[in-house]
Amino acid sequence: MEPFVTPAAVDTKLRVEHVNIVFDRDGKSTPVLNDISLEVGDGEFVCLLGPSGCGKSTLLSTMAGFLSPTSGEIKIDGEAVRGPDPRRIFVFQERGVFPWLTVEGNIGFGLFKLPRAERERRIAYYVKMVGLEGFERTYPPELSGGMKQRLEVARALAVNPDMLFLDEPFGALDSITRLIMRGELLRIWEAERKTVIFVTHDIDEAVQLADRVVVMSARPATIQQIVNIDIPHPRDISSPRYLELRDGIFKQIGLAHKL
Amino acid sequence: MKSLAEPKKWERYFWPILVSALFLALWHYSVIWTATRIFPSPLDVERGMAELLRENVLWGDIADSLRRVAIGFGAAVVLGIPLGLTFGWYPPVNQVVNPTMQILRPISPIAWIPVSIIFFGVGDDAAIFLIFLGAFFPIVVACVDGVSNVPSVSRRAGRNFGLAPWQLLAKVVFPAALPQIIVGLRIALGIAWLVVVAAEMIAVESGLGYLIIDSRNSGKRYDLVVAAMLLIGLIGLTLDLGFRRLERIKSVRWGFRNES
Ligand SMILES: Nc1ncnc2c1ncn2[C@@H]1O[C@H](COP(=O)(O)OP(=O)(O)O)[C@@H](O)[C@H]1O
Ligand SMILES: [Mg+2]
Repeated sequence: MEPFVTPAAVDTKLRVEHVNIVFDRDGKSTPVLNDISLEVGDGEFVCLLGPSGCGKSTLLSTMAGFLSPTSGEIKIDGEAVRGPDPRRIFVFQERGVFPWLTVEGNIGFGLFKLPRAERERRIAYYVKMVGLEGFERTYPPELSGGMKQRLEVARALAVNPDMLFLDEPFGALDSITRLIMRGELLRIWEAERKTVIFVTHDIDEAVQLADRVVVMSARPATIQQIVNIDIPHPRDISSPRYLELRDGIFKQIGLAHKL
Repeated sequence: MKSLAEPKKWERYFWPILVSALFLALWHYSVIWTATRIFPSPLDVERGMAELLRENVLWGDIADSLRRVAIGFGAAVVLGIPLGLTFGWYPPVNQVVNPTMQILRPISPIAWIPVSIIFFGVGDDAAIFLIFLGAFFPIVVACVDGVSNVPSVSRRAGRNFGLAPWQLLAKVVFPAALPQIIVGLRIALGIAWLVVVAAEMIAVESGLGYLIIDSRNSGKRYDLVVAAMLLIGLIGLTLDLGFRRLERIKSVRWGFRNES
């Protein structure tokens, strides 16, 4: 009973073609990505799921243009990726915010080419969107982890990119804040319809968020399976379908969920 | 973490003042017990200080010392920061320059005195050159380290937003390295203040260092010697405290651990 969701029905945004990555360090070569091929549709929300150290961050950095593949190619909008680009922003765990800039300064960081009035309008808009009103002049060390993460997302959204790469963005947050942040990310995604590639090692997180979950194996990573999550938002995480999909992925990864 | 035994406000002043008072008392009675004729007691020093102030030479000496430090340290900042940032930014350049710098760096500026007198003659310029040397290396090293310690996450984030390399340097690398650079500047200023006194004992005829040597040579006025020493300590402390205020600036405060 494969669900009827066809990414082919929308335009392809991102195409990963037979990407291999081998790291050479100290004369030892470590293959990290093994023949990864993947297509992501425009406006799609895709989770890359796999055990720690399998190469998820490496794949995401390569998509974002920070690394080049040892072989194979990554294309976005039909063009080969040659480097980082403000049209697609990488969101790190909260460490990515700049501690020497205020909330306003961080959000406005990528807007240096805009005229002042427009820049200020956008800053105000995104401050509001991520709920940081009243903290405009605050420096990041005085913000909580969740606020810093929202700030980093706001800074990314402010330049109006068409893709977001999120690398375990909520990994350092407590579980309650993490749930709230997932809700907020979905709300933003539904409003702005960016293409989102979201890396996580948390199965529940992947099934709660994604249109499709790309399950990766341990290093060197291959794509084990791609699971369509055919549950509309907001998702009922106690529904039989949710549990069925989640348990399927648990089995796929080789974990029985009994402790 | 604040300890539970947070000192009360009066205690924060009381104990340090008590220690200073004990130090003065020890000094005072040591002079009396040893019946020394040469070493001045605190009261002698106080009278000496008053005499210096009355004669109006003191302000000129202080101003001269401060001026030399300002010029020498200023030159070290103006040259050292751009060079240090460049070396840190281009690791291949750093690899080429670093060995030479590591050899020059541990040479005390005092050892440069003869050389600087050959270069500049006896006078202000020689003293300023020594101060410059003392301050220059710590500044360069702080900049190199500061730049190489900028987390790759920050650099990547900067590149992601489409910054040209010089913009990346100005908007990400420099502010990220600034706390470490400020620490280097503070160390350099302390060294500059140490060096000026030494330089003034040899190369020039004004300044606090000269005041010490002159007081000794012209009539063994050790009360004036010690008064000048205390002044040097007080001014050095003031400079350092002033510099520490820079660490409170909000855009660098994140880099100093004991500030939140
Ligand atoms: N620059 C590098 N040089 C050598 N090995 C690396 C480098 N970056 C990552 N690795 C290795 O590649 C593997 C995958 O890393 P990563 O992509 O960060 O995993 P994940 O994000 O899935 O936890 C790890 O074993 C890591 O040690
Ligand atoms: Mg990772």
